[in-house]
Amino acid sequence: MTDVVLRAKECDIYYGSYKAVRDVSIDIPKNKITAFIGPSGCGKSTVLRCFNRLNDLIESFRLKGKMTYHGQDLYAPDVDPVEVRRRIGMVFQKPNPFPKTIYDNIAYGPRISGFKGDMDELVETSLRRAVLWDEVKDKLQESGFSLSGGQQQRLCIARTIAVQPEVVLMDEPCAALDPISTLKIEDLMKELVQNYTIIIVTHNMQQATRVADYTAFYNAQVVEGAGGKVGYLAEFDSTEKIFSDPEQESTRDYVTGRFG
Amino acid sequence: MPSSPPSKRQRTPFEKGLDRLFEGTTMGFALFILLLLLAIGLLILVQAWPAVQRFGLSFLWTSSWNPVEGREVFGVLPMVYGTLVSSAIALLLAVPLGLGTALFLSENFIPLKIRTVLVFMVELLAAIPSVVYGLWGIFVLIPALKWFLGLFGVSFAGPSMLAASLVLAIMILPIITAISRDSLAALPPELRQGSYGLGATRWGTIFRVLIPAAISGIVGGVMLALGRAMGETMAVTMLIGNSNTINPSLLAPSNTISSLLANQFAEAKGIQVASLMYAAFVLVILTLIVNILADWIVRKLQAKY
Repeated sequence: MTDVVLRAKECDIYYGSYKAVRDVSIDIPKNKITAFIGPSGCGKSTVLRCFNRLNDLIESFRLKGKMTYHGQDLYAPDVDPVEVRRRIGMVFQKPNPFPKTIYDNIAYGPRISGFKGDMDELVETSLRRAVLWDEVKDKLQESGFSLSGGQQQRLCIARTIAVQPEVVLMDEPCAALDPISTLKIEDLMKELVQNYTIIIVTHNMQQATRVADYTAFYNAQVVEGAGGKVGYLAEFDSTEKIFSDPEQESTRDYVTGRFG
Repeated sequence: MPSSPPSKRQRTPFEKGLDRLFEGTTMGFALFILLLLLAIGLLILVQAWPAVQRFGLSFLWTSSWNPVEGREVFGVLPMVYGTLVSSAIALLLAVPLGLGTALFLSENFIPLKIRTVLVFMVELLAAIPSVVYGLWGIFVLIPALKWFLGLFGVSFAGPSMLAASLVLAIMILPIITAISRDSLAALPPELRQGSYGLGATRWGTIFRVLIPAAISGIVGGVMLALGRAMGETMAVTMLIGNSNTINPSLLAPSNTISSLLANQFAEAKGIQVASLMYAAFVLVILTLIVNILADWIVRKLQAKY
């Protein structure tokens, strides 16, 4: 495996006293696409959101274990979550452009992080990288909401890469999109992975096989007596191995569509 | 499950009639409001007609209000000034305070339970009768202002534009807070997460994303508050000093249109009644202008996004 960018070591994630995820250890390789797959409620989004400390917004959230970014503890007391999120960007399930113009949607992130260079150029490069430039170059001053769902999602990706993060986290980025837009986003991911490290949560197993270099299969387990489920990382390997010859029975059942 | 054939059931004439009846009833109610408004406007205008004929538009820029028989001159300029200035000051004070409160109560600075109590208390402010605000102004606010201004050697009689404006600000605070909070709370959570996800601080998220996104609701609330401030009568009458002059000092007594009406109607007769009606008509037009302006601003802001 190549360089490790993000590493989780024996991580337990709690909401209040409720344990949502147990004992996750995973190494995310640099400049690769890693897919998180698994049935609903298995904690894959939860783990994803821990990587850029977005779970901090939930009051009762608690993490036990260690998460590191290039060897540095992400949850050390002197680490500023705002700084973490600038390096580790996020694209959400539902396209969520700001109620601003297309231009200002892209310029927002760089502005708040004190970007001093040529903003027009940065906006153009970001939009070009997200393969959206040709569709919007004549209407940069129109609202971000005037775009179609697929375009909005690419706008959100452009917005994320405008802050020049190192890692892009994608939480089911294509769940709300039609197949053509989905393919466009997948092509875009393959394009971006040369410069970025990408983690994608997906419910779509074909998508994982199409884009991901590595795949992590999460599963959920009923907790005796507690009346809830706890998610855990069942298996992590190259995508090819996970889908053709997984170690675990449950992984095989899931990827062949027998449950989930 | 066995598949059932498509339903052949049709609505009975009775059901269709019921629908039409419902439509007609609601339309009737809506028309009734319109009629009521027209009737009030018309009544005011008819009663004001003698004054309109006698003073014409000069009523608007005349500064004397003299009901002495034989020498009657009526002009509403000082009261228009008083109405606009007191409302403007109240707004100036209440908007930052109200918006700040709304932000505090819509963000998670404090636990939800305490927030719920605070929201309830803010809304309770709106339920206090305005005469109580007036009394509070006389017995608490004015002595406090006297003491405070006395520290700087400023003599302060009490009833004044300042006292009235301060109480007005408190009275419109719950409107601004409640409506702003509602429009902030109605924003999709994805917006907030999107901003945080880009590495924005809470401060940046509030001022660059949340407030711009909720601006049309906030402005709507502010305009509603302005309408309330312009029409408020009882508390203002008790505190403003009812002096029909224009004085640039905020410490001097002044008057507003609604306060004028409340004070003078009981003893007025003849052309004075007509003049008061004329003043009332001016107030209605003023509020109408404010409302149209508010609508225009909200639409402008919405069009931007």
